[in-house]
Amino acid sequence: MSDIPANLIPIPATQAAPSQRVRSYWGSVWNRLRYDYVTLFCLALIILIVLSAVFAPWLAPMDPDKSSMANRLRPIFHPKYFLGTDEQGRDLLSRMLYGGRVSLLMGIMPVVLATTIGGLFGVVAGYYGGKVNMVIMRTMDVFFAFPSVLLAVAISGSLGGGITNQMLTLTVVLIPPLCRVAETATSQVRTMDFVDAARASGASTASIISTHVLINILSPVLVYASTLVSVSIILASGLSFLGLGVSPPTADWGLMLSTLRQSIYVEPLVTAVPGVAILITSIAFNLVSDGLRQAMDVKA
Amino acid sequence: MWLYALRRLVLTLPILFGVTVICFALVQIAPGDPIQNLLSPTASQEDADRLRAAYGLDQPLPIQYFIWIAKVLRGDLGMSIANNAPVATEVFRAFGNTITIALISVALAFVLSMILGVIAAYRSGSIVDKLITAVAVFGISVPTFWLGVVLVIVFAVNMFWLPATGMGASGSETFNYFNWEDFKFAIMPIIALALPPLGIMTRTTRASLAEILNQDFVQTLRAKGLSETAVMFHAVRNIMPQAVAMLGLQLGYLIGGSVLVETVFTWPGTGFLLNKAILTRDIPLLQGTILVLATVFVLINLVVDLAQSVIDPRIKRA
Amino acid sequence: MTDLIDAIDASPDSRDRGGPAQPMLIVENIKKYFPIRAGLLNRQVAEVKAVDDISFYVLKGETLGIVGESGCGKSTLARLLMYLIDKDEGHLILDGDPVGEKLGVALDGLRRSLQMVFQDSYSSLNPRLPIEQSIAYGPKVQGASSKQAKEQARALLDKVGLKPDRFGQRYPHELSGGQKQRVNIARALALDPRLLILDEAVSALDKSVEAQVLNLLGDLKEQLNLTYIFISHDLHVVRYISDRVLVMYLGQVVEIGPVDKIYDAPKHPYTRALLECRLSMDPADRVEVAPLAGDPPNPVNPPSGCRFHTRCPHVEEVCMSKAPALGDVLRSTPDTHLAACHMVHAGSGHTKAPKPADAMMWANLGVTL
Ligand SMILES: Nc1ncnc2c1ncn2[C@@H]1O[C@H](COP(=O)(O)OP(=O)(O)O)[C@@H](O)[C@H]1O
Ligand SMILES: [Mg+2]
Repeated sequence: MSDIPANLIPIPATQAAPSQRVRSYWGSVWNRLRYDYVTLFCLALIILIVLSAVFAPWLAPMDPDKSSMANRLRPIFHPKYFLGTDEQGRDLLSRMLYGGRVSLLMGIMPVVLATTIGGLFGVVAGYYGGKVNMVIMRTMDVFFAFPSVLLAVAISGSLGGGITNQMLTLTVVLIPPLCRVAETATSQVRTMDFVDAARASGASTASIISTHVLINILSPVLVYASTLVSVSIILASGLSFLGLGVSPPTADWGLMLSTLRQSIYVEPLVTAVPGVAILITSIAFNLVSDGLRQAMDVKA
Repeated sequence: MWLYALRRLVLTLPILFGVTVICFALVQIAPGDPIQNLLSPTASQEDADRLRAAYGLDQPLPIQYFIWIAKVLRGDLGMSIANNAPVATEVFRAFGNTITIALISVALAFVLSMILGVIAAYRSGSIVDKLITAVAVFGISVPTFWLGVVLVIVFAVNMFWLPATGMGASGSETFNYFNWEDFKFAIMPIIALALPPLGIMTRTTRASLAEILNQDFVQTLRAKGLSETAVMFHAVRNIMPQAVAMLGLQLGYLIGGSVLVETVFTWPGTGFLLNKAILTRDIPLLQGTILVLATVFVLINLVVDLAQSVIDPRIKRA
Repeated sequence: MTDLIDAIDASPDSRDRGGPAQPMLIVENIKKYFPIRAGLLNRQVAEVKAVDDISFYVLKGETLGIVGESGCGKSTLARLLMYLIDKDEGHLILDGDPVGEKLGVALDGLRRSLQMVFQDSYSSLNPRLPIEQSIAYGPKVQGASSKQAKEQARALLDKVGLKPDRFGQRYPHELSGGQKQRVNIARALALDPRLLILDEAVSALDKSVEAQVLNLLGDLKEQLNLTYIFISHDLHVVRYISDRVLVMYLGQVVEIGPVDKIYDAPKHPYTRALLECRLSMDPADRVEVAPLAGDPPNPVNPPSGCRFHTRCPHVEEVCMSKAPALGDVLRSTPDTHLAACHMVHAGSGHTKAPKPADAMMWANLGVTL
């Protein structure tokens, strides 16, 4: 199981000779990204996957939940069922499209939530330091005492299945690492003289954080958050695989993988389909975050 | 060194305390009355009352925690609902199966990652490097349970080389890792477990080697006429402390994260136990297993840190 | 000194409250010890005496130079004056009003009157903000509209010699060191301060750029009726720009006086050593032995008695046991030259100290030692 990678932080990049054309940091990031074809390709792939999930109702050739006992476990590339059918005779292509909605949601939403919440705690801990920092970061350390899969299984196992519980679980699991990254980045920014200059001009802490701290920690936090999308997708599908995700008729890649597993001897290729989707999505997100890391000049 | 060890040890205690608090909280966050979570659905009212009194469930939470932790410290992790057996017994029986394949997997991953990392760094930028990087990305991105399914499809369903699941006829009690017929059952779980750490460690090894090879002192060594092999040897020695730390960490992750792989292969370890606990909503079993695994993870981290400080004397953050 | 006061009289300042004779800033017995934590429970085991009981004043319109080796507490002192770190003890009096106390000026008032140019031009500007916005930030915080603040920022850029159209939208990494320092100065001026603390403001610059920035500082001072506290370890620059000089050693003032007196007739052996170091840069003037050998002692455990005794060529018994007093800085006139050394205090017990009779004679002539 992929686990949350340890990751540490950059000091905002110093660039060499002043360029003639005035270009912002984000401008230069884009400029580097523009020639990174692997990342662009993966980005396009992700957009495609997201779009196909969003437009599933229009794209899906059939009703994803309509079973047909006569057409169970049709093979891949069947004239009627492009990706075959599952153990209840439901069209796999349609289910894959719909399933992508849940799986992608579970990849992205917990990361967004955890970035917001964990980031907030991390910024507060990093900015104030001292006792505040100790309380927040020592609490996070306790969560680090669990491998992420174990923590997810523990929380999810107690809460029970369901989309909300799964989202809650994943958010809790992802908060500590994001908090740590934000904390490290913030405490580095905090020592910079421009923060003192802002304090000397009488700015409030809230204003300093929003104007000076956030933009400087944005890139390391974003890069790190983007690596967590794939972690989150895999964790989510893992939980669904264990029956801790959406409830059965709803399509979800992890759950589909789990239910199709029983048919492994009958139609092995069909069984592999949801996993391939998870794998491709996860690889795409991983490569994009690698590309972002390089483009944003964030040290691994 | 001793001060560091002592300090590290002292710092572990609050973490362990936090771990027990979280495990304690698991029963609380489970929907429904905690007493129902701890009892089998068929238990009588008397049973419920007895348990309520025993756990002090009518008491405020902190007191409940102390009652619970006192039992845990005496080795009493409660009763499993499904099997009506002590959780501690079940967990420790399963733990042996988990730790063995985790150790084998992580050792395998370590050795392979060193080899692949060295080759990739040595031939940095070449096709071989790119290929190895691709394998690493695959390892990091692949959902292990799916990999398990694919392995079963390939080796068990299509080729009949290996048995698909379980521990074979001899079962957990008499399973012998040195007996080929038995070991065959362990092969696929080991491969499925080994791939993610292999990916992570290969990537890190390659990255840290590449960084070292770019440093000044390496240029000096080269200038002194050292052969590339000798230079690489130096570089590898330099990243050893880091690699060992990662090895320990990955072992911890494997022990904690084995639930999916063990479920796929019905390998009767702690992960499988967790799966059983989830399916039957056996909260005591879930809680006890998590507590044991998290504690082991914390201890592994402790050992790794201490080992690292022995290997690398620069760490004296006392 | 008298011409200084004339200069102030010539340009009355509407912000003036205490009158021309009231010092711009009085610093009274200010102290800052940084705790050092270690051990199992992270308890405080020692403290760095970064600023240890420092008193001085700065007159309106003058430039007070502060010199000392790196690590002697200059930046800490500057940050204390700016209220960027909390002082342990001491008082600040800004143009007659105590700072941060009841009936005195509030912190906000201090913020507007006192600004600082930071040492490190790399970390002193937000790398993600165009410099115009960095400068406009202060006025915005103080309630100016975005438009006003922007106009003010552009005017300031112009004032520090950077064309706003050309430079306003640039990011710090697109500027040279000298340009960055100009932006830093512009930012510090954005709140229309009366006293500017310049912490090693030119130390990182090439000599030619340094001269340009120093000239700019001179011009700005005249135009805007500023007072400077100029911190540097470079004695040339300090001599060039300062009216008076304060010499620090290990968190304390060892000598203070008018610039010419300090440079022509230093009293403290530390100051002498510093000046000789400086001279020895020039090959024609090289001294045989490096006068200031070794690193300064650890400020955690400063030497007993006179803190300089471990490196002083004239060390005697009394230096190790008794700390020499500087004298009452706050009650002495600006042209007073004071040094914390037993050799200048009559009757201190040091063999090189002036005889009490000599001291009497000087005192009769109206000269304070
Ligand atoms: N935040 C801090 N915590 C602990 N010690 C500090 C801190 N800031 C400065 N010091 C110590 O105080 C002493 C004075 O530092 P500083 O004021 O930066 O000297 P200078 O500016 O003269 O080089 C140094 O010994 C430094 O290590
Ligand atoms: Mg300094």
